[in-house]
Amino acid sequence: MEALHPFFLPVSKLAEIPFTGSKPEPTPETKHFWDGCKSGKLLLQRCPDTGRAYFPPRPFSPFTGNRAVAVFEASGRATLYSYVIHHREVPGFTPPYAIAVVELEEGPRMMTNIVECPQTPEALKLDMPLEVVFRPVDDSISLPLFRPLKEGA
Amino acid sequence: MAYKPGSVAVVGAAETTRIGVVPDMSQIMLHADAALNAMADAGLQPKDIDGLACVGQMMPQQIAHYLGITPRWVDGTGVGGCSFMLHVRHAAAAIAAGYAHTILITHGESGKSRVNATPRPPEPESLAGQFEAPFGPAGPATLFPIPVLRYMKATGTTHEHLAMVAVVQREWAAQNPRALFQERVTVEEVLASRMVAYPFRLLQCCPVTDGGGALILTAAERATDFPAPPVYLLGSGESVETTMVSQMEDFTSSRAFRVSGPTAMKMAGIRHEDVNHLMIYDAFAHLPLFGLEDLGFCARGEAKDFIGEGNTRPGGKLPLNTNGGGLSYTHTGMYGMFALQESVRQVRGTAPAQVPDVKISVAHGVGGMFSSSGTIVFGKDRP
Repeated sequence: MEALHPFFLPVSKLAEIPFTGSKPEPTPETKHFWDGCKSGKLLLQRCPDTGRAYFPPRPFSPFTGNRAVAVFEASGRATLYSYVIHHREVPGFTPPYAIAVVELEEGPRMMTNIVECPQTPEALKLDMPLEVVFRPVDDSISLPLFRPLKEGA
Repeated sequence: MAYKPGSVAVVGAAETTRIGVVPDMSQIMLHADAALNAMADAGLQPKDIDGLACVGQMMPQQIAHYLGITPRWVDGTGVGGCSFMLHVRHAAAAIAAGYAHTILITHGESGKSRVNATPRPPEPESLAGQFEAPFGPAGPATLFPIPVLRYMKATGTTHEHLAMVAVVQREWAAQNPRALFQERVTVEEVLASRMVAYPFRLLQCCPVTDGGGALILTAAERATDFPAPPVYLLGSGESVETTMVSQMEDFTSSRAFRVSGPTAMKMAGIRHEDVNHLMIYDAFAHLPLFGLEDLGFCARGEAKDFIGEGNTRPGGKLPLNTNGGGLSYTHTGMYGMFALQESVRQVRGTAPAQVPDVKISVAHGVGGMFSSSGTIVFGKDRP
């Protein structure tokens, strides 16, 4: 059964399943992030004063208020920070599925799903290394998801 | 303008006549039913009320008109289920400033029956709509427990510890005829209940109910003119952090709790050992642990043992969530009003599971998913 779960499929196969979940609608302040995802890049912003990366996107530093922020491409590497495994039916999702928070190598955390992985406590170990993958859901949006980092990658 | 500890008091307090499943009342009538009961408790009529606070878009206007109140001061602060703690705090400042003399705070929610109360998902352009909703959360049960596995790893808290929270609160609920769930449960039964969102099972999640409550506050100088003994406001605190649980700074501690709780206790000039009774808003089983630690009743990671050793159960040294809590008593969606009501009952000496000789009660609330917090310190005696 596990092998049939959409989140166990390679992301290229997952992308063939129509997405019926809640789609994000970018705003002027977040459009660059979603454009980045569409082109296969995870874009973050950095505070010019502290050098700290932050998320979600906004055109000023949440640490100092400085508007002179720089956009840069993140490494895409992360670790599994925390999650729940939801056991009820939700449009667009096959239960049980994990709703996860990952910690990016650059520091910020973000909510996501863990794919190419069984959706079990045994397979989902806190602090396990992950890498970003992108699931296209329509012509303008690709969702940033994460999969276990392969040995030696 | 700041109010002095003890300068404002609760002189009216009541819940809706019925709680739990009340399909024969719409949401606005639950507000009104609670308000009428609180006015009866204080011997007041709508014409006697000159300030009004309630949560929800347009709610102060709706409730004022519905009840026939002409307010000179209103507050529609809406930061989730602890909004009522903030309303109490703001009302006290308004009374001290002379903006109003007699303030009514109401809550009504048709959370179960949904009579004129349609839930709204986050808008897809909002930050939560863009950066959380696409990943499949479906309400608080899938979002509030997001930090729990990290908390467990950081503190050595086990599934059994988190089950014990529900067990102890059911011991309190067993003494409360108004509690939705009154049958005692064991750790094994909690851990055998249906999985909702791992790591939490059904008995570690609050029910969703219908009900409401209302409070009436006035200056301490007038407070002894009412039928019930006054419950004095000794201190209060408030804060907010984020609407997105994924973005809270620390998954083992709430920043909003760490601001609100100590602010209230410092203002009241009390130490932890002065607190006879404690309410910590418990939509889910991890909240009492976070509350005990963030308010300083326990060191980080020690709340699991504090509860496990029986300190918060009937007869323990710090009775906690004595109505049964959100887990067992009721949870309309915004439970903070019910935590305040139980604190008032305990200080008045009228609670179903009455703790002997409560002089100081702390009611600590959360809003959203660790989004916000409000804390109220009530006292029996005016300082």
